[in-house]
Amino acid sequence: MSNNNPTSNTSFLNDAGNRAIIFQVILLAVVVFVGYYLFNNLQSNLESRGISTGFRFLNEPAGFPILIHLIEYTETSTYGRAFMVALINTFVISIMGIILATVIGVVMGLARLSSNWLVARLATVYIETLRNIPLLLQMFFWYFAVLSALPSPKNSIIMGDFMLNKRGIYSPNPEFQDGFGFVIFGFILSLVMSIALIRWAKKRQTRTGVWFPAYWGSLGVIIVVSFLALAVSGFPVEFDLPQKSRFNVKGGLVLTPEFVAVLIALSTYTGSFIAEIVRAGILSVNWGQTEASRSLGLPDGLTQRLIVLPQALRVIIPPLTSQYLNLAKNSSLGAAIAYPELVAVMMGTTLNQTGQAIETIGLCMLVYGTLSLTISLFMNWYNKKMSLTER
Amino acid sequence: MAKIFQPSPSLPPPVNSVGAVAWIRRNLLSSPLNILLSVFSVYLVYLLIPPIVSWAFINATWVGESRAECAPGGACWAFVNVRFNQFMYGLYPAPEYWRVNIAGILLLVLVAGYAVKAINKAILTAAIMVGYPVVAYVLFAGGMFGMPEVETALWGGLFLTMLLGIIGIVASFPLGVLLALGRQSDMPIAKSVCIVFIETIRAVPLITILFMASVMIPLFLPDGMNFNKLMRVLIGITLFSAAYMAEVIRGGLQAIPKGQYEAADAMGLTYWQSMVLVILPQALKLVIPGIVNTFIGLFKDTTLVYIVGMFDFLGIIQLATHNAKWLGTTIEGYAFAAFVYWVICFGMSRYSMSIERKLETGHKRN
Repeated sequence: MSNNNPTSNTSFLNDAGNRAIIFQVILLAVVVFVGYYLFNNLQSNLESRGISTGFRFLNEPAGFPILIHLIEYTETSTYGRAFMVALINTFVISIMGIILATVIGVVMGLARLSSNWLVARLATVYIETLRNIPLLLQMFFWYFAVLSALPSPKNSIIMGDFMLNKRGIYSPNPEFQDGFGFVIFGFILSLVMSIALIRWAKKRQTRTGVWFPAYWGSLGVIIVVSFLALAVSGFPVEFDLPQKSRFNVKGGLVLTPEFVAVLIALSTYTGSFIAEIVRAGILSVNWGQTEASRSLGLPDGLTQRLIVLPQALRVIIPPLTSQYLNLAKNSSLGAAIAYPELVAVMMGTTLNQTGQAIETIGLCMLVYGTLSLTISLFMNWYNKKMSLTER
Repeated sequence: MAKIFQPSPSLPPPVNSVGAVAWIRRNLLSSPLNILLSVFSVYLVYLLIPPIVSWAFINATWVGESRAECAPGGACWAFVNVRFNQFMYGLYPAPEYWRVNIAGILLLVLVAGYAVKAINKAILTAAIMVGYPVVAYVLFAGGMFGMPEVETALWGGLFLTMLLGIIGIVASFPLGVLLALGRQSDMPIAKSVCIVFIETIRAVPLITILFMASVMIPLFLPDGMNFNKLMRVLIGITLFSAAYMAEVIRGGLQAIPKGQYEAADAMGLTYWQSMVLVILPQALKLVIPGIVNTFIGLFKDTTLVYIVGMFDFLGIIQLATHNAKWLGTTIEGYAFAAFVYWVICFGMSRYSMSIERKLETGHKRN
């Protein structure tokens, strides 16, 4: 592009290359100047307001309780510990939400494509309703309208070993006794065996053409071997059942209403988006592919699994990962109904107590940034792996 | 004399293959699994619809002054009825509602102008982008022409939601175009500045941005210079949606065949001429659905301002359900909010589909 010919009679400023350099120098200068100006203001503001800087506060006692903590946490724990608790809570809700949303999304997406008119209509109503209502409203609905309308602990709804009341869902809590390591070993062994089985079946099919139901077989292997391991070690699991006392329910595993509300709202909302992605992915596979596969004599199930699904997945995976990312980011809305995740703990309580806005908000941004960078790296890798290799 | 061939009239199709019976057989009862699914679906509909209808319509109370006056077992729409103005305008003083209404009607009239052939579209766009915001601001804020001043802290309800949504999308559009062009350009520094901005914003949730806007912006400004909260939140929302808008527009830029860029260069157009006259009109047309989707997303996301203490449509309803006179009307409030959000978002998505069909002119071979 640039014109370095000395005999050229274009003026210096009309040269595209020179213009680009000048423009970028100006842009860089503006960015640096604005950055410097803001930083300067920040420093003088922090000084005049007496806000300390740095991450020393992470070692100071936090002094506030966090209701849901999967690792040891008390009011005397440090802010750093509180950060870890919040981080774990964010991860837990994100991972469970992703699993549930995927299940809901796949079921609803397939239902919308169903040849059954009624099923397809119901799925459409579900998808179009949930997609067009703000997530925060749905979270409020589950938390303030549904879960807080449940009876008080005194009149808990009892379903077998499960209990349901205002304070949450109580389920039996498995307690692992000595010897459970053996069961875990058995389970891992069964996984290894089933992978070996699948490999063997594939090899044999390539060599001889004889087919073996490897997937059902490996499922059987996993169930049988794990159960044997359980039986041999003498069922080393005991369940702590929830007990109803006069005003409360004791024992058992408690899912608090905050957790349940966030989980339901996140997974049903994201599920409606995933359903559309699944539907679009399946529709994107040319009908000719199905016809070709049928004319080769493949049964319907194999047509779906070997022909349609691999091609649909190529279209589905990229938007699906970005929905997962959205779900993880949207878990921050839990702050609005006091689910103690990252935003609630760091940008809510910690920010209020320490006043260190830059550090707390920076930490949160760092966490979410790392998360989305990881997911997009994965997405790029997958795209490269799955992209069509053309002649 | 030759016999003329007279075809006998066609027989009617078999009863089983046309009409309602055939439709039901084909669509509901085609296989054992389908029969099972149909039965289950009918049961589900039976379980859901009658109770909802009787709650929302048959047993509902429409007029009343408190929750106590509402019949139990039915919806208390009296709550929405009494609080309707507050849901629409927030805490805006009632005698001044007309100012919001006039601004709203003015916007509708201006937008409707696009349908009239005789009006110059460039002038109209300039009027909407430059003139209208000034007029609207004067109307909303007051303090001149004999209109009493209304603080921005009092703005709320659906009015605030609309304000955040519309300003957010309109202001983020030009910024998004610039960012997208920057990301696509050959200049390494401009490109990296744009990439860093877009990816940083897209990596974090909107709440983080809103907290930043409400807590951190004051720290970055010199003493004495300060915006009010509404302004700060608007800046946050605009930057946030600009990043998403940039990615949508980039998709359109990438979809334009290279020949178009080269043809524009060959015509001797400058960079900006070729962008404004050749590339952008085609690229933007391609991404209209994406832009509308961004807008729908942004419109739903405006509810998050409640978390930083502003009372938008959802926020004001949430506040009203905690009123002692109306305790226990949570579901009614949420149902009303959901209905309004749904109508607006669903309407927009249908509208975008229809213009998408209308603008479908090229690039696709049928």
